[in-house]
Amino acid sequence: MNRRAFLKTLGTAVISSSLIKVKDLKAEEHKTEFYGILVDTTRCIGCRRCEKACAEANGLPIPDISEDKNKEILKNIRNTSPTQYTVVNKYETEKGTVYVPKRCMHCNQPGCAAACLVKAMRKRETGHVTWDLNCIGCRLCMISCPFDIPKFEYDKAIPRIQKCNLCYDRFKKGLVPACVEVCPTQALTFGTRRDILMEAKRRISNNPDKYISHIYGEYEAGGTSHIYISAVPFEKIGFKTNIGLEPYPKYSTGFLYAVPFIFVLWPLAMLGFRKATRKDTEE
Amino acid sequence: MEDKILEPQIKNFSDFWRFFKQELKPKGKIFTTFNVISLPIMLIGYVLIILRLAFGLGYPITNLSQEFPWGLWIGFDVVTGVAFAGGAYSLCFIVYILRAKKYYPILRATVLNGFLAYVFYAGAIVLDIGRWWNIYNPMVGNYFGVNAVMFLVAWHFFLYMLAELVEFSPAIAEWLGLRKLRKVLGALTIGAVVFGITLSTLHQSGLGALMMMAKNKIHPLWYTEFIPVMYFISSIFAGLSMVIFEGSISHKVFAWQLDEEKHKSYPDIVFSLAKICAGVMFGYLFLKAILLVHERAVSYLSSPMGYWYLIEIIGFVLIPASMFVYGIKQKELTFVKYAAFLTMIGIIINRLNYTFIAYNWNVPFELKYWPTIIELNITASIILTEVWAFRWMVNRMPVLRSAPAWAKALDKGH
Repeated sequence: MNRRAFLKTLGTAVISSSLIKVKDLKAEEHKTEFYGILVDTTRCIGCRRCEKACAEANGLPIPDISEDKNKEILKNIRNTSPTQYTVVNKYETEKGTVYVPKRCMHCNQPGCAAACLVKAMRKRETGHVTWDLNCIGCRLCMISCPFDIPKFEYDKAIPRIQKCNLCYDRFKKGLVPACVEVCPTQALTFGTRRDILMEAKRRISNNPDKYISHIYGEYEAGGTSHIYISAVPFEKIGFKTNIGLEPYPKYSTGFLYAVPFIFVLWPLAMLGFRKATRKDTEE
Repeated sequence: MEDKILEPQIKNFSDFWRFFKQELKPKGKIFTTFNVISLPIMLIGYVLIILRLAFGLGYPITNLSQEFPWGLWIGFDVVTGVAFAGGAYSLCFIVYILRAKKYYPILRATVLNGFLAYVFYAGAIVLDIGRWWNIYNPMVGNYFGVNAVMFLVAWHFFLYMLAELVEFSPAIAEWLGLRKLRKVLGALTIGAVVFGITLSTLHQSGLGALMMMAKNKIHPLWYTEFIPVMYFISSIFAGLSMVIFEGSISHKVFAWQLDEEKHKSYPDIVFSLAKICAGVMFGYLFLKAILLVHERAVSYLSSPMGYWYLIEIIGFVLIPASMFVYGIKQKELTFVKYAAFLTMIGIIINRLNYTFIAYNWNVPFELKYWPTIIELNITASIILTEVWAFRWMVNRMPVLRSAPAWAKALDKGH
């Protein structure tokens, strides 16, 4: 009996530990070329055309972007919502008014995708972070996103997680994201992450007085596909400064790495304990 | 009342069905205070559950928001409920692995409680997940998020439920008088125990690991890279405190089921459990102190969140741990029971801190999360249903009362 139990447990432990493969996230990073958007906040004029184009492309309620309405709406700092994948916010700074479009950062190694137990949230090889209908609605992606981007439709019986997907469907048809296409001032540039990073660096080094020497998203959260350049420090225009430079999935790898060890060591140790505590009169 | 229990003669399914139908009937008084209070809450709860499944999670059903995706149902029902169920694996470790036989009298009740906790409280996750009709996806879906902590937790919940069912199943076989089946199931126990303890270690800590990526949202006094370890350690004294608490109630309610020997041995069992609780709690406090220094969080102590942290640590860990020690020294059973109760409150506070109090602690007050009456009522109805199920089983199966003589003979001959 004891030997049988031992072999059974050992077998289970070996099989399960081989099933749990902890992928090397770093190795994956450089295999493919991610696409992304460079946002030049010095060029944004706060026209909110990107908001409207986004709503049209994604079947969301179309916002009113008349000049009067804009004046009123831009008074408040807004967040993205289940019906708004992108919002423009206005900040008064020492270098004048700055407009900042906000949307999913499309992290190189997204916390939301690492959190998802059914891979409904996925980082595509092209860099798009997309959501799928096989989602069970556990909302751990919302907890795991350092930028608070995934939004849940609480008011619906059949809810979805709503967020910018970098216009993945348009991308497959060879089109740039709707917001980039409509932007009248080229504040948004779509391209491979390598290209937009180069463009960002070029602009900063060509105009050192105009820009601060910081590309938000180059290193934040392990690097994002959506990157920003600015004339003023990012914390003054609504960016979080407590993100850190580690890719977010890394925070849970400590636990994940421990899993196979415990799966093998625990049963063996327990069977050992059980044998060691046996009295001669027993069994 | 003991002589009421007659062993059924079950040879085929219709025998079983006849016996089962007869067992479904209530035993004992129907109009007790507990029944009169709990039944309306449960019935209203079931209606509200249907409404929630039909209309979604939004207000007025829950107060969940974009800032607080997890509320009472995950934070209390699932995360705290599972911590309270930690008594089952802790006691199985003591009884089966360390062979401390004196705890045997409370083993079945504890395992049953653990099993029901998983069925009802972990089962409550169905209510909380927004797209509940997809619940089977992690098991048989197209995509397995094998690198996700939640994937491991989901599988471990499922497998552990099975392991606990196997651990408890001899009692079911004894209830039905199925001797051959009892022999087979009894032989499976050790395997299930070893597997169950391993799974428990992983998912008790896994529940903490779920919060790891909320690094910039959880207050630095609570966020540490050792959250999973702390969840695991606290599940030991949370679970054993639950065992003491539950025992103090069921030893009154089901007193008639216990023979004299069990009544006599009970105080010693409770004091021994209290010793384990106190030991683990002081270890836990020591680790908390190290983490406070390690995470450079000491300076946060003199802030409102710091005071709240101290209330949790001093008021609901240090004080109950000291009460355990005092109760053991003075041989005061009541003291130990109150200590267990305080410990449980501390665990509730700790788990809710991670889900919505110290989580996004700095959002403006008007955006803070409070559970709605509906959330509270549904939670209450789930707990009460579990209590009803527990009572139903204890009144019919050999959980608190001794196993039939033939079953004992089986274990001896083994």
